[in-house]
Amino acid sequence: MELADQIAQYLVSGLSTGAIYALIGIGFAIIYNSTDIINFAQGELVMLGGMFTLFSLNVLHLPLPLAILFAVAAATAVGVLFERLTIRPLKSPTPLALIIITIGGSILIRGITMMIGGKDTHAIPAFSGSEPILIGTATILPQHLWIFALTALAITANKLFFEYTITGKAMRACAVNRRAAGLVGIDVKRMVLFSFAISSALGSLAGIIVAPLTMTSYDVGIMLGLKGFCAAIIGGLSGGIGTVLGGLLLGVLESLGAGLISSGYKDAIAFIILLLILFIRPQGLFTKAQTERV
Amino acid sequence: MLKVKNINTYYGKVHALKNISLHLSAREIVALIGANGAGKTTILNTLSGVTPPASGSIQFEGEGVNGLAPDRIVKIGISQVPEGRQVFKGLTVADNLELGAYLRFRSRADRNAIKLDMQHMYELFPRLGERKKQMAGTLSGGEQQMLAIGRALMARPKLLLLDEPSMGLAPLVVQEIFAVIEKLRQEEGTTVLLVEQNAKAALKMADRGYVLETGKVILEGAAADLLESGETGFKTEG
Ligand SMILES: Nc1ncnc2c1ncn2[C@@H]1O[C@H](COP(=O)(O)OP(=O)(O)OP(=O)(O)O)[C@@H](O)[C@H]1O
Ligand SMILES: [Mg+2]
Repeated sequence: MELADQIAQYLVSGLSTGAIYALIGIGFAIIYNSTDIINFAQGELVMLGGMFTLFSLNVLHLPLPLAILFAVAAATAVGVLFERLTIRPLKSPTPLALIIITIGGSILIRGITMMIGGKDTHAIPAFSGSEPILIGTATILPQHLWIFALTALAITANKLFFEYTITGKAMRACAVNRRAAGLVGIDVKRMVLFSFAISSALGSLAGIIVAPLTMTSYDVGIMLGLKGFCAAIIGGLSGGIGTVLGGLLLGVLESLGAGLISSGYKDAIAFIILLLILFIRPQGLFTKAQTERV
Repeated sequence: MLKVKNINTYYGKVHALKNISLHLSAREIVALIGANGAGKTTILNTLSGVTPPASGSIQFEGEGVNGLAPDRIVKIGISQVPEGRQVFKGLTVADNLELGAYLRFRSRADRNAIKLDMQHMYELFPRLGERKKQMAGTLSGGEQQMLAIGRALMARPKLLLLDEPSMGLAPLVVQEIFAVIEKLRQEEGTTVLLVEQNAKAALKMADRGYVLETGKVILEGAAADLLESGETGFKTEG
């Protein structure tokens, strides 16, 4: 294969993992914008997406579309429960307490999943076969197309929700000015709960659509969560296009780095970018001086 | 319409309101004046449920209001225009107004009325009408104040609490805003509790006034008398 073809191939797989990172990253951003919390348990909801799908396929014997819906719903319920049990009861939470709680929560979710489901790595069938499709000289798997399509759909739906519905606008209002939001009658705590619900739904969807390519197990959430976090940081914790671009950029760089340099560097790339951004441009790459954060 | 009896409000150990009593009748404009730190904002926040009183009673239209959450208080007809406008900066003018009616979105009948009410706000504040799609953060100070008032009115309050609407604004803009407040009272019968440091301007428009000092009411009476006595002690030159 020639270099150009190889690069095209790396781009395809980089963009599809990037799309996954973007979905996870948007989840980080939505919660951050409505609560100032970096929810380190976000990665576990991604993992739960895959594991719940596995459960509904193998134990409940649901057909795939239903299994996916069930998994998103179940993971969302876990996210909501997580907020209810850990974040809401805090009277005057300090940032450190919140970090510890979300990390503790993630360890707990991971532990319970391991106890129930075991330590094995499981495969989830691709949504519509794994016969590669030839595009020019590069090949693309049907699952990649699913990833692009479902990610685009989820991001568009998310965008429409925040732009056009009164609840979405109320959540943005909370993000920009919580006090004033309370004074117009918005129940701020409820909006926080919604932000956990939406983030969990997006995160679990990411975990589900990527599982056929990468397999799933109780501990995939750690790395995926960190990558999503990295995407969100590149995007300046914007709940919109910034984080999408951040995810895609990260996915492509990883894939090129792994392919052209050495696959051993794949995960290191995310952390190098993360550190560089935090040192050099903590507001993110794609943020103007003053932009909306949701 | 509003009866406040002996309320005490604390911030931790700071005793911010000491046995405050005041009342408003329907369609009244009442000024609440006092120096920095007197407790004016705290009174409004106590009425809005943001800083509930430790003791005392608040009755609105005969119902107890103590301990209600801020959204419930908006629902029963008390809206606050907070100090420093506090518009939703990253959202458009239209979105800000719509959010003012947030609690009314639950009822279908109200949803149509909300559209009309927004039109009404644009008539009341034509400058907002010209800037519907503009981000609230890019408005001038005066326009942001108008937006903050419009947003509060979108809840259709019976009682409007205004916290220093003249702060940092040119006299002409202040006049414009005060004119709207008068108009609201006349046309819609809105009752207004107006917090101001600009005592002269506030008392000129108000029917009655209270003068606050370090958390206590030290003087109350008809606005004209307060104006005349000059005993408000500070900044009556407005
Ligand atoms: N969040 C808070 N925590 C502690 N003390 C507070 C808090 N908010 C207000 N105070 C104190 O309560 C007192 C009354 O404050 P308040 O804001 O009601 O005054 P104000 O009359 O509105 O003043 P200004 O004209 O400056 O707006 C002040 O002594 C202030 O320091
Ligand atoms: Mg004040």
